[in-house]
Amino acid sequence: MKLDAKIPSGPVAQKWEKHKFNLKLVNPANKRKFEVIVVGTGLAGASAAATLAELGYVVKTFCFQDSPRRAHSIAAQGGINAAKNYQNDGDSVHRLFYDTIKGGDFRAREANVYRLAQVSVNIIDQCVAQGVPFAREYGGLLDNRSFGGAQVSRTFYARGQTGQQLLLGAYQALSRQIGLGTVTMFPRTEMLDLVLVDGHAKGIVVRDLVTGKISSHAADAVVLATGGYGNVFYLSTNAVGCNVTAAYRAYKKGAAFANPCYTQIHPTCIPVSGDHQSKLTLMSESLRNDGRVWVSKKKGDKRRSQEIPEAERDYFLERKYPSFGNLAPRDISSRAAKEACDDGRGVGPGGLGVYLDFADSIKRLSQEKIQERYGNLFEMYERITGENAYQQPMRIYPAVHYTMGGLWVDYNLMSTIPGLFVLGEANFSDHGANRLGASALMQGLADGYFILPYTIGDYFASNKPAKPSTSHPEFKSAEESVTGLTKRLLSTRGKRTVRSFHRELGQIMWDKCGMARSEASLKEALSRIPQLREEFYKNVNVTGEAGSLNQALEHAGRVADFLEFGELLCLDALTRNESCGGHFRVEHQTEDGEARRDDEKCSHVSAWEYQGSGRQPVLHKEPLSYEEVKMSQRSYK
Amino acid sequence: MKLTLKVWRQKDQESPGHFETYQANDVSPDMSFLEMLDVVNEGIIDRGEDAIAFDSDCREGICGTCSVVINGMPHGGHRATTACQLHMRHFTDGQTIYIEPWRAKPFPVLKDLVVDRAAFERIVQAGGFVSVRTGGTPDANAIPIPKEDADRAMDAAACIGCGACVAACKNASAMLFVAAKASHLNTLPQGKVEKDRRVLGMVAAMDKEGFGNCTVTGSCEAVCPKEISLDFIRQLNGEYLIASLKGK
Repeated sequence: MKLDAKIPSGPVAQKWEKHKFNLKLVNPANKRKFEVIVVGTGLAGASAAATLAELGYVVKTFCFQDSPRRAHSIAAQGGINAAKNYQNDGDSVHRLFYDTIKGGDFRAREANVYRLAQVSVNIIDQCVAQGVPFAREYGGLLDNRSFGGAQVSRTFYARGQTGQQLLLGAYQALSRQIGLGTVTMFPRTEMLDLVLVDGHAKGIVVRDLVTGKISSHAADAVVLATGGYGNVFYLSTNAVGCNVTAAYRAYKKGAAFANPCYTQIHPTCIPVSGDHQSKLTLMSESLRNDGRVWVSKKKGDKRRSQEIPEAERDYFLERKYPSFGNLAPRDISSRAAKEACDDGRGVGPGGLGVYLDFADSIKRLSQEKIQERYGNLFEMYERITGENAYQQPMRIYPAVHYTMGGLWVDYNLMSTIPGLFVLGEANFSDHGANRLGASALMQGLADGYFILPYTIGDYFASNKPAKPSTSHPEFKSAEESVTGLTKRLLSTRGKRTVRSFHRELGQIMWDKCGMARSEASLKEALSRIPQLREEFYKNVNVTGEAGSLNQALEHAGRVADFLEFGELLCLDALTRNESCGGHFRVEHQTEDGEARRDDEKCSHVSAWEYQGSGRQPVLHKEPLSYEEVKMSQRSYK
Repeated sequence: MKLTLKVWRQKDQESPGHFETYQANDVSPDMSFLEMLDVVNEGIIDRGEDAIAFDSDCREGICGTCSVVINGMPHGGHRATTACQLHMRHFTDGQTIYIEPWRAKPFPVLKDLVVDRAAFERIVQAGGFVSVRTGGTPDANAIPIPKEDADRAMDAAACIGCGACVAACKNASAMLFVAAKASHLNTLPQGKVEKDRRVLGMVAAMDKEGFGNCTVTGSCEAVCPKEISLDFIRQLNGEYLIASLKGK
């Protein structure tokens, strides 16, 4: 396998313009001869499917939910970044580019990130034209807020429901195309394998989640926009259905998986309340604009928050990072909270929490103002915890939230399998080792609206229409392997539920490969995961039938993939012998506990190539070079 | 606490359904309602039986997937709360709880508590959008929008499409859902251009799907987890009347 990122030559600011001109076009009359499969209907998938259909391609779209509108992009709260500089506070494309590269701890591609910053401005225009009700000022113009890792206000938002509104915009564009008959939508349909014909991605095998029927769909290209793999940790802020299956099966068919160890732990989530917990709930990072994070200076302090006088409180983010304070980036804030808890100063049950306190802001701005800004978040907090955060501080703790790693793609968003394109969180391309807040929505929509529609045309123009028949032997053998796994899972009839395996895997991942990782902990995980996987196939109990709606079976298939993927994640974490962004190796830290990169040895993308069951995957390295920005120790002090 | 659950079990769309009784022991007040069902399902699977099927995804009240009627109330009837965000602290030890799917003709039951809401999709496809293509749009600040209008549009756009409004309505009317989408777009200058087409198209699709008529009893607003206001139905009725008179 040879990794060729296909980065255009020339100055970074001109690469995309130049590349767009050099990309081959498909003439309008020929577009309808090409069929595209899009898997996933979040921001990336829905925007891509709608745009490709508008251009004239024949599109088939798949999602496992009952409607494309339910994809987990819907849950993004805080906002979307764009270098509009409407605030006149010194923002620019170059500054958004720089902040993103630095925020990613110098582990992302310069050319991709610069393009992302460039198209960010078009995204806002597009969304407004679709009727996305962004927050506005009294003069009628768009409002902005600031977000972690930036010193300008460039985040556009729609109350605490920005992801919902952006997704509904893309969903409505997609629905329009479905109504026009240019897109065929398959809801409640899960992709279970990718099919290659003559080395090119030419289709997928799916299971109808209502009838259990396994079937094949062929096309000229396949687009995966299937999200991240945070649920390998069992507890995360992802929806319970989020999974790695589509991406992992593509990996097993030859797509390189890049940087799986880059996982983002979000600092402001509601702490775990017990074993029954099925997911963790995020409180938007925007709360850190007005909330102050603190714990007691004393260890094991059992006093209630109100009883701890000001002088005995440690506002640790403000203390450690005076210039960014409570708005330090996510990885740094999460680790600082963990340190405070490890030090015995955590709050709430089990000492796994820190305070996020709004008392000062309420005094400064009034409760009404805070309610206007964050009312729905305060209500959500009260529903889950039973506590009123206007009267006492919120308790928060870090949780797995986003995965920067994903399938390796080149500048055209094509994976190492020709004809397989990967968008949004499912690819690895733009966030390096840590993603800044409000950048996930930006990337998903950039990929779907403004990048893929250009680059996929070049692939089609270079390859004649060649949609195979689904009776091709490759489809039949993929269907057989999918059916075989289903039968195996249903016939095991062991003693443990799928959920108990998932929970145990998650515990291993969180303890051994979570916020802090060491050689010893990773080696332990790498010995325990295969044992757990072995037990899974011997002792899992999946009830119900193959030929009907069977949620236990769906979950079993996803957990089977997580049990393999978790090992790849830990292997990548062990191999990356440095700390960077969300990947913190305890062996590599500065004297004051910050991540220490090793630019000499580790300034590369790690792309893993599958070698078959039971064999160690092969590591390929794509070197990262920085021409526009100077690599530096990331400092938010 | 200990609870007795009476859960609607139905093998598939064609089969008749019935209530089955389950005991839920060791229920923690910090569990969400769906987490309580997860735990009950673990026990059912341990006994080798088929687990209770129910829809859920985000489990934070925004995706609109979860759809259970709890003691006769869609989502359980707590203000602004979806079933996934309803916590067991609202129930008492020893209580009996009835759990059913959405019940409305246009939402056929697929299995147990899972219903098919594809009818909502077809309503959106009939006009719940602004007809713009990707690219070539004016600068986002080119058209100022009064804050009041943007806020009103956002109030309507907050709908999560769960269908509780239909499940609560004695006529199985989808007016609140349709009114929310139409009002969101019709209130903004970008959506005003095709306002008439939109309301006529969406209302026709709604009728075709077999949803009942609105008699303004307000049960939809009462159970809506996003507190979508009945006022949007008033707006839709007005806009529908104008569009019909124009004869477009």
